Amino acid sequence: MDYFNETIASLHQKLVAKQISAAELTQETLTNIHQLNPEINAFITINDKAHIDDEEVVADRPLQAIPVAIKDNILTKGLKTTAGSQMLANFQPIYSATVAQKILAAGMVNIGKTNMDEFAMGSSTETSHFGITKNPWNTNKVPGGSSGGSAAAVACGQVLAALGTDTGGSIRQPASFNGIFGIKPTYGRVSRWGVIAFSSSLDQVGVMSRHVADSAQVLQAMSGFDQHDNTSADLPVPDYSQIKANVKGLKVAVPEEFMGEGIDAGVREQVQRGIKLLEDNGASVDTVKLPHAQYAVQVYYIIASSEASSNLQRYDGIRYGFRAQDVRNLEDVYIKSRSEGFGDEVKRRIMLGTFALSAGYFDAYFNKAAQVRTLIIEDFNKIFADYDLIVGPTSPTTAFDIGSRIDDPLVMYMNDILTIPANLAGLPAASVPVGMADGMPVGLQMIAKPFAEQTIFNAAQLVENETNFLQQRPQIGGQN
Amino acid sequence: MIDKKLVQHVAHLAKLEFDDAQLDKFTKQLDEIITMEDELAQVDTTGVQPTTHISRQKTSFRADEVQPTNSREELLQNVPEQQDGLIKVPAILDNEED
Repeated sequence: MDYFNETIASLHQKLVAKQISAAELTQETLTNIHQLNPEINAFITINDKAHIDDEEVVADRPLQAIPVAIKDNILTKGLKTTAGSQMLANFQPIYSATVAQKILAAGMVNIGKTNMDEFAMGSSTETSHFGITKNPWNTNKVPGGSSGGSAAAVACGQVLAALGTDTGGSIRQPASFNGIFGIKPTYGRVSRWGVIAFSSSLDQVGVMSRHVADSAQVLQAMSGFDQHDNTSADLPVPDYSQIKANVKGLKVAVPEEFMGEGIDAGVREQVQRGIKLLEDNGASVDTVKLPHAQYAVQVYYIIASSEASSNLQRYDGIRYGFRAQDVRNLEDVYIKSRSEGFGDEVKRRIMLGTFALSAGYFDAYFNKAAQVRTLIIEDFNKIFADYDLIVGPTSPTTAFDIGSRIDDPLVMYMNDILTIPANLAGLPAASVPVGMADGMPVGLQMIAKPFAEQTIFNAAQLVENETNFLQQRPQIGGQN
Repeated sequence: MIDKKLVQHVAHLAKLEFDDAQLDKFTKQLDEIITMEDELAQVDTTGVQPTTHISRQKTSFRADEVQPTNSREELLQNVPEQQDGLIKVPAILDNEED
């Protein structure tokens, strides 16, 4: 199946008109995935049993029979879910995450589980136990991370849409590197129940797709309150598909900290072009200050690692997951299973988090980070008192070379400096392709007020329409 | 500021162990990361409340009703070692002197 000229809506019409059957669509999608996966490695598990009866697709179920890829930290009953880790290499969930249940109930077909950095810790999908995912635009480059498998699967045309998770930018940064749209909704907009926990106050499930409208449809299907997750918001879910590609009168803020040193010239140029597009179409644009954003990475690595060190205590080799052999006693089971089952990046973060929460260091690190987090949130509140949307680059650079940053955690961590602030404040944020620099895609980041996802969809649709980025094709899959 | 002794102490708390080469590597990397974290000391946070959760949802209530739950078989499905429908673990006490 060649998805490069399709949207969920156009495919739905073909299914309803019986130009293609649901079973044919599933089969063709699987064939294409099998063909491209040896090169891209976007999938950890391909769901070959995703056979569906040749059911009739009805006009009022727009997602029915549409194949979707699901990041491998989202539980799917009956289909192996690994979080990219040896620790869960054979884990078979006995229930599905609420987000998975919801999109499957809407008729979508789970076509497979996508590759990711181990436990979603990484910015390049190089820390996966199941091998590196390649960027379809240039296979010497990383796809970004941690939802790199989902991003690559969409970018090379294996699926129209994929679920990802975003803790510090893990949807937006790979979306940017792969030239696709990716949105992380407001914290609480979607349930986290059944999503393998990394950092509970930051994690959100979101959607990645080539077309803005496709993400809007999928996000709508999976949003809403869930009694299994009391941090999910008990608010009505808007019909996100009612997109108006119109920014007339929209008040847009560009933080000067997002456009300064450290941003590659090519990235800045494309982002400025995107901002000008908004202005030319009737938005008012001002430069603003986000003074505490410069500390976002420091705050993030303390908070996220502290929560991770707590969440990952459950991997003790007893009830599920990897258990080390040749152990003498129970303490040995814990220590050897964790030491052999986790990879280096996960261990590094557990160590950092355990340190930050330990006696004698808690106030200087965890508490200090939590206070600076408050200051970052207050900076956003001040801007959103006067503006509807914050825009800037998604990432300071385009996709980097495989192997070039993996041995230097600090350089890798700084990669997320522009995406992390929205997670710390729990704000909805997206990356929309805006152009190319040095032959690789550049993403424009959009951050909105809490629960104002529609503002993002509307502005992103305008950028999609005006840039004609979708005319560009990656080398792999798109046969540029 | 971070030395091998502290890294070993933290590893013990986190139920992890490292060989000598790994310990050297982690000590160096954690030292670099903590040095970066020390930049937070520059920020004046006098009187600032810490943000430890971000949910905008108020506490919700539900009826305290019995719900169907997973079967024992399902719950044991991913257990690495089991016997007679129970989770099998090594002895809690060290048996070395036996």
